[in-house]
Amino acid sequence: MAGWTAHTGQAVALPMAGIDTDQLLPARFMSTPRGEGYGHFLLYDMRFGEDGEPRPAFPLNKYSDVSIIVAGRNFGGGSSREAAVYGLVDYGVRAVIAPSFGDIFASNAVNNGLLPAAVTDADSEALLASLGEGARKLTVSLDTCQIQMGDRAVPFALDPVWRTKLLEGWDDIDLTASHAATISAFTQRDQSERSWAYLRAQGDEPR
Amino acid sequence: MIAQTLFDRLWSTHEVLRRDDGASLLWVDRHLVHEGSHHAFGKLAARKLPVARPDLTIAVSDHYVPTRDRHEGGANDTIRRMITTLAQNAGAHGIRHFGLFDPRQGIVHVTGPEQGLTLPGLMVVCGDSHTSTHGAFGAYAFGIGATEVAHVLATQTLWQVRPKQMRLTFTGALPLGVTAKDMALHWIAKLGSDGARGHVVEYAGSAVEKLTMEERMTLCNLSIEGGAKCGIIAPDETTITYVKGRPFAPKGDDWQSALNAWSKLRTDPDAQFDREFEIDAGTIAPTVTWGIVPEQAAPISSRVPLNASVEALHYMGLKRGDMLAGLPIDEVFIGSCTNARIEDLRAAAAVLSGRKAKVPGTVSAGSMLVKRMAEAEGLDRTFIDAGLDWVDAGCSMCVGMNGDQVASGQRCASTTNRNFRGRQGPGARTHLMSPAMAAAAAVTGKLTDVRDLVPEGAIHKVGAA
Repeated sequence: MAGWTAHTGQAVALPMAGIDTDQLLPARFMSTPRGEGYGHFLLYDMRFGEDGEPRPAFPLNKYSDVSIIVAGRNFGGGSSREAAVYGLVDYGVRAVIAPSFGDIFASNAVNNGLLPAAVTDADSEALLASLGEGARKLTVSLDTCQIQMGDRAVPFALDPVWRTKLLEGWDDIDLTASHAATISAFTQRDQSERSWAYLRAQGDEPR
Repeated sequence: MIAQTLFDRLWSTHEVLRRDDGASLLWVDRHLVHEGSHHAFGKLAARKLPVARPDLTIAVSDHYVPTRDRHEGGANDTIRRMITTLAQNAGAHGIRHFGLFDPRQGIVHVTGPEQGLTLPGLMVVCGDSHTSTHGAFGAYAFGIGATEVAHVLATQTLWQVRPKQMRLTFTGALPLGVTAKDMALHWIAKLGSDGARGHVVEYAGSAVEKLTMEERMTLCNLSIEGGAKCGIIAPDETTITYVKGRPFAPKGDDWQSALNAWSKLRTDPDAQFDREFEIDAGTIAPTVTWGIVPEQAAPISSRVPLNASVEALHYMGLKRGDMLAGLPIDEVFIGSCTNARIEDLRAAAAVLSGRKAKVPGTVSAGSMLVKRMAEAEGLDRTFIDAGLDWVDAGCSMCVGMNGDQVASGQRCASTTNRNFRGRQGPGARTHLMSPAMAAAAAVTGKLTDVRDLVPEGAIHKVGAA
């Protein structure tokens, strides 16, 4: 995953609160291999009618090159499915701006280079109002933790650990591998102190 | 010594190292995987990495498993592929697997505790948000995404930033006929679906101490619906009695040292929380959801709020001011990791006993062992005689991934955990409630206060009191 510092792109508003991960990526699509792409499934039941036809008024159907979504509070609550983030990322979304995010969603987002930018309720309302049903260019900067819309700058909150990860594009498995000796020392000590917490190998257990 | 919370103690036991920027690497004691973990196994395969600790990894088939005609292996080719892929991944990596035909198969959050894999003081993770269930034992247990699942498979550790802490104290005692499900929906309605976001929630107080382990699991299970990182309850005699003698619980000297370790798992009297809330359990009534997020919940005796969102009203086919009691339903589902343990089935059966359901419904036990136990008690006869389907164990109609779905526009009284749009199937309308309340809805064909249906002398069978 490549790190990034700023992104400028077309933003639209999804003004509703509580767009949960079941909305972002309905469960029936989750058996699809990742290689086939998840962009088409993003917000499927909001974008498409029961007949499979696109709903013309839905912002993602009105504008084609959307890469920033501004939404209401508690975006991405619910299920831990990372597929919700795959849907956004594969669609081309780089940042979601909302007053709050589901914890697991936000963590999954950062693991896939997607910025969950938390803004105040007042700033959220102002951004949603100024976008209305239209689309316009915004810039999000990880450098300054600000959203630039025209001549207006709006700050966003992001955990410093997550900010670094997005900037550097870190791979956690490689990072953890560099601590192998510390982990090994921990488990040696822990296994003697908490032997009750460990399990026997499979096939070597009472039934 | 600085006063510590239960969570402080769990965290420090598992912290392998802390980076300068504040991120900690935590040791994982139990990693539960299911069919949905295919993305993570795929990531591991792409990097040609082994599973670091197959002995601490447990696979359970639950999300896609058929609850009917199990011998066919799944509802269609895609579903069968999901089920066999988990079996193949478990086999290739030497991971214990409670598969489709294992007599211990069930929903991962039912099977783990039932087998004694979940213990006080452990850190438990799983690629499923309802992993919060295991916090009922005083374990640090939470759901993670696929990238994190791959990381745990590869390293048996996880990077985390320390969450904030909140204590939710339920004083007093629950009224007759009111359950742990009602406690959960009550607090979520009060604080909101993101009310506990970023926080570990410790449940405390006399009403929590009185709960059985199964009720504690229901309460902790729903923590995520209030946005919490996880829920935890300090282990006590109730916990130890439940765990003792289970197949994977520690034995002999290990049991004695475990008891010693568990006796320290509590919050000091003067420990500080970032937030504290207190709720009088005596004020809680049987509660149902009327909307499309769990916070849209209210006592059965009330009406759809006058400020209800248009979106929720439109999806649910309701009007502001509609009475909740008396709302006709089309279907009932009793199941899920929230409410499908033996006590849940007993509570539902106590209401249905000698009665007929007015609407169709499905009862899916939380595990095949729960199913067998219920059959030994004759509960299956009660459900079948009432006209409900008695089916095998799995996530089933809670998430609809195995093909068990509620049809579009149909209204379902459900013991599950999410009333999200489309959760039980595209267009399905879900009302969340306790097993006793779902059984009462089955009997009358409408949302019903179970206390109106069951004589006072028998009400103790349907809920804590």
